Amino acid sequence: MHTLKIISPNGHLGFAPIRTGSLGLGVAARPDYIAADSGSDDVGPVPLGADICTSPEAWQRHDLEHMLLASRKIGAPMIIGSAGDTGSNSRVDLFVRIIRELAAKHGLKKFRLGYFYSEVDKEYLRTKIRTGDALAGLDGRAALSESELDATERIVAMAGVHPFIELLKQGADVIIGGRSSDAAVFAAPAIHHGFPENLSYYLGKVLECASFCAEPYGGKETVLGEISGEDVKVTAMYPEQRCTVASVAGHAMYERSNPYQEFVAGGMLDMTHCHYEQFDERTTRITGPQFVPAEVMRVKLEGSGKVGERYVGLCGIRDPYTVANVDRVIAWAKDKVRERFGDSGYELHYSVYGRDGVMGALEPLRYQPGHELCVFVQGVAPTAEMAEEVAMIGLRQMFYARLPDVKGTAGSVAFPLDEVLRASPAYRWTLNHTVAVKNGMELFKTHLIDAGV
Amino acid sequence: MAATRLSELAKTIRSKNAGVDKITFDIIFRDRANYERVKRARVLTRETMAALYRIPAERISDFVEYDPGYAIKFTIYRLTPSGSAGDGDIFGAQQYAPLLDLEVPA
Repeated sequence: MHTLKIISPNGHLGFAPIRTGSLGLGVAARPDYIAADSGSDDVGPVPLGADICTSPEAWQRHDLEHMLLASRKIGAPMIIGSAGDTGSNSRVDLFVRIIRELAAKHGLKKFRLGYFYSEVDKEYLRTKIRTGDALAGLDGRAALSESELDATERIVAMAGVHPFIELLKQGADVIIGGRSSDAAVFAAPAIHHGFPENLSYYLGKVLECASFCAEPYGGKETVLGEISGEDVKVTAMYPEQRCTVASVAGHAMYERSNPYQEFVAGGMLDMTHCHYEQFDERTTRITGPQFVPAEVMRVKLEGSGKVGERYVGLCGIRDPYTVANVDRVIAWAKDKVRERFGDSGYELHYSVYGRDGVMGALEPLRYQPGHELCVFVQGVAPTAEMAEEVAMIGLRQMFYARLPDVKGTAGSVAFPLDEVLRASPAYRWTLNHTVAVKNGMELFKTHLIDAGV
Repeated sequence: MAATRLSELAKTIRSKNAGVDKITFDIIFRDRANYERVKRARVLTRETMAALYRIPAERISDFVEYDPGYAIKFTIYRLTPSGSAGDGDIFGAQQYAPLLDLEVPA
């Protein structure tokens, strides 16, 4: 094989539906693989902790159906990474079930369905910690303590190319991956077919977010990547978009602190010496990426731990005097919660929209609030009953705040709803760490079954 | 030539999570001339960004002038991980607004 073509129809499958027009154009270009990443830690710690998806199953089914039908029609294997946002075991099972149902629904000819899990057992990691294999912290975090491990609900490891390649070797036609590096989803087939690692990982890097590497800006459109022994070419499939030197080089810095380096299980893609050139109107050609293998393979771990049950409520403020004194209103309500529940054992948060609700302490204009404010109140506590009461006192008592010079003595805030609402439980990211492994398969168990008829 | 607002010189000004503990900011210019002009003006530096966002300089983990993309990018540590209760911007997507009106001298 002189070149290998992969299309990427969605940078976060299931999060917002694939735009099917450009997918059709991509399929018509006869790709060798159709691949997409379906995960992100951007969605916060709740989905991993609570083991849920962030989007309706119907949206995921929509994307999987379009990809599966295209894949089976042209005989190009389909690869999905980080099933169902988090890549937890239940999300892999969900996607495997959807694929099997779709295969039956459309009477697809029998094919091999491979999948692997990414969840990591807490006791397995505890043993690592106790035997001196520290779980190193990322982004300034300390090494993982056993108490943080205990506070964690669920942990996934970020697979590299290894389980994907293993399943391709076994003959999988469709692969559903647990949590995986975005780039691995695309790099794996390229490496499997013998293309160099440096270009393969670069191919993965540029395809991972689909049309985010094209301009003008527009998500969920298909892009096509083609790898040879010498270069990678990336082409926008949506007729209104182009992959330009600026858009492709610019994409390298998206969502990362260092635009030159991408770490995966097994090494680091170094884009410092990448050369970008406009190949044709809609295609950019890239040469010069380097891959630096790791001396010791370390795999990234993500973990989420439950903080408590949560209720939320909101109110508005229009009196300019009360707007100027909103912190005193909040302090009054906090005091009332403290009188009922003491100083600790719960969380009470206020976001003041119209002042600094979006940016908090980072907001330079927080001393120039708008003419009206919306205050969003969150109560978090060990039980739902307590969380409801924390949020309710925290909200209701704003109505009774005592400001010395207020003219309106019939209520300090406006309620759109005189109630608090149950929200998702509060979770927090407990693990953003790495663990040393013997090889890229240590944490990932693969399976291969038949689907279709 | 008078001072110009950064939003008139940059084609993209954005913020987004870089993992769960950091938010990264990208200021991308359409051409080399505008990129070099802003670099020369020294209005986008570790120090000016710390002052704009009212944070200590140590909270800026990276500051990069990225020539291949005609871009300047910097990254800050969050005080609590993304999506913790009370976080108003789980994706970190709306933290760039104060950059728009930054004045760039001629």
